Amino acid sequence: MYIRATGNISPQKTFGHQPLGEAVAYTGNRLACIEPDYKVFIDPKQIRRMSRIIRMGVAAAMECLQEAGVKVPDAIITGTAYGCLEDTNSFLSKMVEFNEELLTPTSFIQSTHNTIGGQIGLMLQCNNYNNAFVHRGFSFESALLDGMMLLKENDANNVLVGAIDEITNTSHTILNRLGLYKQGPVSNLDIYKTKTKGTIAGEGASFFLIAHEPSTTDYAKLDGLHTFYKPDGITEIEKQITSFLEKHAVSINDIDLIITGKNGDAGEDKIYEQLGKTVFDSKDTVDYKYLCGEYPTAAAFAMWLAANTIKAGKLPAMLNATVSTDKKIDRVLIYNHYQGIHHSLSLLSAC
Amino acid sequence: MLNSSEPVFVAGTGIISAIGNRVAECLDALENGRAGMGQMHYLQSAHSKRLPVAEVKLSNEELAQLAGLPNIKSRTALLSLVAATEALAAAGIENIKDLRTGFISATSVGGMDKTENFFTGFLSDNSKGKLRDVINHECGSVTELVADALGIKDYITTISTACSSSANAIFLGARLIRNNIVDVVVAGGTDSMARFTLNGFNTLMIVDEQFCQPFDENRRGLNLGEGAGYVVLVSDKVAATLKNKPAIILSGYCNANDAYHQTASSPDGIGSFLAMSGALQKAGLKPEDIDYINLHGTGTQNNDIAEGTAIKRLFDPHYPKMSSTKTFTGHTLGASGGIEAVFSVLALQHGIIFPNLRLQTPMVDLPFVPERALVKNVKVKHVLSNSFGFGGNCSSLIFSKVES
Repeated sequence: MYIRATGNISPQKTFGHQPLGEAVAYTGNRLACIEPDYKVFIDPKQIRRMSRIIRMGVAAAMECLQEAGVKVPDAIITGTAYGCLEDTNSFLSKMVEFNEELLTPTSFIQSTHNTIGGQIGLMLQCNNYNNAFVHRGFSFESALLDGMMLLKENDANNVLVGAIDEITNTSHTILNRLGLYKQGPVSNLDIYKTKTKGTIAGEGASFFLIAHEPSTTDYAKLDGLHTFYKPDGITEIEKQITSFLEKHAVSINDIDLIITGKNGDAGEDKIYEQLGKTVFDSKDTVDYKYLCGEYPTAAAFAMWLAANTIKAGKLPAMLNATVSTDKKIDRVLIYNHYQGIHHSLSLLSAC
Repeated sequence: MLNSSEPVFVAGTGIISAIGNRVAECLDALENGRAGMGQMHYLQSAHSKRLPVAEVKLSNEELAQLAGLPNIKSRTALLSLVAATEALAAAGIENIKDLRTGFISATSVGGMDKTENFFTGFLSDNSKGKLRDVINHECGSVTELVADALGIKDYITTISTACSSSANAIFLGARLIRNNIVDVVVAGGTDSMARFTLNGFNTLMIVDEQFCQPFDENRRGLNLGEGAGYVVLVSDKVAATLKNKPAIILSGYCNANDAYHQTASSPDGIGSFLAMSGALQKAGLKPEDIDYINLHGTGTQNNDIAEGTAIKRLFDPHYPKMSSTKTFTGHTLGASGGIEAVFSVLALQHGIIFPNLRLQTPMVDLPFVPERALVKNVKVKHVLSNSFGFGGNCSSLIFSKVES
């Protein structure tokens, strides 16, 4: 199956299918999305009613469909770990503050986890399959697997799959209290040098149009996806990676580039460092979370990066920090883990 | 390798709801017309005197004891573990350790019942609020508490499409088996009562201050309920190894979108119509093959006319027997598709149709009337179960009895 189109709103300049530039630098432990002019994609009357995450999700989805030249996809599937936090927070705060009186329904309605998929369906008048996955660090991968199965089952010829997660002031405060993020001044470009505890918060809306049949504008072939949960240590992780490659009849030497989910947290990055000495030894490896920050559906940003790299055949400028290679990049493996709990592998190749 | 015609069997079921803490208790309540609504007893809400609800009749302490989890965990997880454990025990798969097993759970509220407590402290001072009350806020976190307790790790995910969530979880489970990703799946959903959802539905002015009357001309809205319902689905190959070979399959399923409004159903129920007709097509059945429809039947003005209109378009003039079991359990939101899937299986196993309680005046715009009383000793071979939710999300499942 093929990745025909993408739409990506992130803390980098990824929207609008412009040539990809250098990495945008940030200071602090919170990277916010660079938001586009929504009027191009959404009726201004509707924009006002939508919270930020809904706007980002809908705009990324619309850009993706426009690029694909698809008006109504055969299925719409979203993944989000946290859902529409701003709306949830708004309803919850008022409920507590006003002791369950004087509430209005808008933020409750929009707090539902399938709001973005539902809104896209509504805007497109799309009566087809519509699903929403909300499983922490597996939310995007679950949505993608559902889409891949629909294509295999011949119940869809093309599927819009996307992942959306936002940071709000409230969620950032709470996750900070839980010890997720680095303290003190930090630049996103330097997170791998700090060797300290914690990562930097990120967010994003990344959509893909995946299709059964090739087209002339495809980014890449999507060859495989595999997830595994709470592995029993590094040996199992290595085994999972090796058997994933075997299943797809690919040797590690056939991989031109590995994208890993290093997030700057000294503890969490140990897994990647250990793999660098074993299964990923002397392979060209790049990291991506200094670009988008850490969030449960960040692997969708990695997939966007892999698709763009394969389409161009070379690394985009924003990845300048890590690897320099002249060889054409035809096959990319993404390995990501979220908090050591949710692990995923994706394999993409040139069409 | 995909085998899209492989039969997927229901090997076990589990429920906890306002009408019972186990399947057998629920069946007894259904047969004897005992509804689970009453005055709010466990949830602490400003609306406790005004709005009747269908609560599980156990405190968090009692539930925790039953589930074997600490009672600081979300009630959503406690309910889930009780029902999922019952389903797995009923399936009696002896060699489950050698099989690839998945857990697909659905929820709309997740750990919100605890987050509400956290926010009370947090809003006055953002360094306050117990972190242990917010750590399982995410829907997926509730699923993991239960998966870990059950020892399932081969494939785990969570679906949240409002009130159709667990119907979607169940048929995703069947597809994972047909795609040879797992051999066994525990699939369904869970939702506990929470002030968040109660107040949300209350602002939409669709909560009935009396006991709900789905498909009645004078219906006033829904009663919220809570609970969890799971089925254990197994591949043909696993089914053949079981001592009691399962006799019920998930034969059809479909999700379609109404694409009309974020919360309201379209007047002609296009999403419902497409979900039901899609499920029939998947099962290779005709409308007249269906013996019973377990209605979504919430009791709101909007749902019942949209669902009824879609049924009229698809089934006229061959109307199967129908009822809304939400007249017993209330609307259990993300759990309803799971609970009603188990009720559909019970209808097939026992040859019974459950009553649509409190139906006084049939809807004038519909040419059919749901069953008012229990129907026993009737041939039930194919049951259609409807679950519709916000975001236009409409799902239908068909369970069928296979000849052994």
